[in-house]
Amino acid sequence: MDHAATATPATAPHEEHQQHPIKLYLTVWVWLFILSVGSYMVDILQFQGLLRWGLIVTLMLLKAGLIIAVFMHMAWERLALSYAILVPPVLILVFVAMMAIESSYTEWMRVFFLSGGT
Amino acid sequence: MNDTGATQPHAAPTLEPGFKGIVRDWSSDQRSFKTASWGKVMMWAFLLSDTFIFGCFLLSYMTARMSTTVPWPNPSEVFALEVFGVHMPLLLIAIMTFVLITSSGTMAMAVNYAYRRDRKRTTMLILVTAFFGAMFVGMQAFEWSKLIHEGVRPWGNPWGADQFGATFFMITGFHGTHVSIGVIFLLIMARKVWRGDLDNARPGFLTGRKGRYEMVEIMGLYWHFVDLVWVFIFAFFYLW
Repeated sequence: MDHAATATPATAPHEEHQQHPIKLYLTVWVWLFILSVGSYMVDILQFQGLLRWGLIVTLMLLKAGLIIAVFMHMAWERLALSYAILVPPVLILVFVAMMAIESSYTEWMRVFFLSGGT
Repeated sequence: MNDTGATQPHAAPTLEPGFKGIVRDWSSDQRSFKTASWGKVMMWAFLLSDTFIFGCFLLSYMTARMSTTVPWPNPSEVFALEVFGVHMPLLLIAIMTFVLITSSGTMAMAVNYAYRRDRKRTTMLILVTAFFGAMFVGMQAFEWSKLIHEGVRPWGNPWGADQFGATFFMITGFHGTHVSIGVIFLLIMARKVWRGDLDNARPGFLTGRKGRYEMVEIMGLYWHFVDLVWVFIFAFFYLW
């Protein structure tokens, strides 16, 4: 069975056996290095404000995307699986929005009623 | 469980791409995930649940940091190191990041060689991955003892908001535990590969499931996830 699966790699619709050239992994590895150096430089160069947050989040998402897509082989999975795994974490973003509102409110309460206190 | 022979005949012609494929897969009889084995799907399901755990940790960190009126300690300075008299902000964290990324790279290659049935290279690469993982945990232990020595506690620290220590120990501690478990997992798998358990379909001592080379990929998913979580911790906790 395994011989049949490896003999027709291009036409068979993605079998359970992942086979890609090593070069692909090395390329991704180099890119992860470059992106990590990039996010480290954000701190070294002391970028501030919107530029800092923008760069940090962009580099983070690029790195996460590369790891999930290539290292974890998500790019070659059926969309049924990809969506089942990648869509639910969106709920965390909803939670983030809720807690951001909540914590701003808490901070306002602290400033207002605890006279800037702890 | 399902050998390729069972899926092969109907797999090729009926699987549709795109969004229509998602609907077809999900509404079809028997199994939604046509090409992924159940072992892989279960690992993904576990990783999804772990995503929510780490998501909640980072979320509580955000809430603590946003709601406090006391300034948050500057991570760039807190995690700085003096190397040969030169002040390097975040140096240790940067090295830890590179070590973990490298271990992810060697893991990906181990999976690749596992599917080529290259026992020697697979074992070596898994061991290299485990080595980098152990190195990461070692550096984390160094970082923890340094901060504890400087007076960081879960209930306070010398530089600012009290919640800093609590969130730091919680998040990095949980992540470090994941890495440590991963290293143990890797060592067990290296032994299995080296002994030929995956070639001979030898039953595992705990679950009794027969060894097969996909196990390396499934373990790889876990390891890459640990790296993935670090990407987010690095961005939100250390750089923010």
